[in-house]
Amino acid sequence: MRVQVVREILSANDQIAQANQRLLDENGILAVNLMASPGAGKTSLILATIAATRGRARLGVIEGDLASRIDADRVAREKVPVVQINTGGGCHLDAPQVSRALESLPLEQLDILLIENVGNLVCPANFRLGAHRAVVIASVPEGDDKPFKYPGIFAGADAVVLNKTDLLPYIAFDLARFRRGLQAVNPKAPLLSLSCASGQGLPAWVDWLLGQFKPR
Amino acid sequence: MHELPVTENILAIALEEAARVHASKVTAINLVVGDMASIVDDSVQFYFDFLSKDTPAAGAALNFRRVPPQLRCGECDQHFDFRMEELEQGLACPHCGGSRLEMVSGTEFYVESIDVDE
Repeated sequence: MRVQVVREILSANDQIAQANQRLLDENGILAVNLMASPGAGKTSLILATIAATRGRARLGVIEGDLASRIDADRVAREKVPVVQINTGGGCHLDAPQVSRALESLPLEQLDILLIENVGNLVCPANFRLGAHRAVVIASVPEGDDKPFKYPGIFAGADAVVLNKTDLLPYIAFDLARFRRGLQAVNPKAPLLSLSCASGQGLPAWVDWLLGQFKPR
Repeated sequence: MHELPVTENILAIALEEAARVHASKVTAINLVVGDMASIVDDSVQFYFDFLSKDTPAAGAALNFRRVPPQLRCGECDQHFDFRMEELEQGLACPHCGGSRLEMVSGTEFYVESIDVDE
């Protein structure tokens, strides 16, 4: 006998993600899920964003890593509320982990919550956290073919950041090819090219981020 | 690496649904998986065989129905399948040549049905 089921396999995660988003909404917080490969500059972008938004928005940060408190300690030095999640080998953050992290943050004091996912261009795309926006950070040394090779994560992005543009003169990176790849998998997402090292392009990213917060 | 928790969810869904119809045994679980869902069939089967031991779903066959990614053309509104390898050549709508394309399927991931013995 065949029994019709039609149940999402990740529905337990998705339900907790929805609860996370409700809690964030109640506190008027915009949450952004930052996804990238290891070393693309997720933490650097968070630090640069903290500096650039001081006095304009109150930031909080969730750091996801397999192990260590290195990233959380870097953020804490900026006097910003931060929670470190260690996944103990897990390749992505999931909604229950974020739910526990939210309990440790002063939600009533935050405007924007940046969630740094585990460095990985595959699995984070499949697990909703309850964030309002998904941002993928690519970087020049990774190569211009990443949207073609990891279409899933780029397809789900609300914006794509291309970091380390200060290295463009030294690395064979074809910006037109990168744009073509992004256009093929996700024509709607704006591409924000910047360098956390030089600061070039950062204002456009900050404007985009604050622009997402404003209409809420 | 997330195939293990995923397989636990698949088993839990199958056992719940089987209990709901008072079935004694689950003989097959029919899954729908988009090609963009980054799930490896063999590894799900491997974990399933291990996890389902001593449950009414032991020995059940996992049938994967793969769904290719599909694009919608923003100009003529037609849907069409494509192969991932074609992305790099720069895709255009096969119906009107339009290039404003949007991905509409390929991330499906659900249990469609189960086959049970009463």
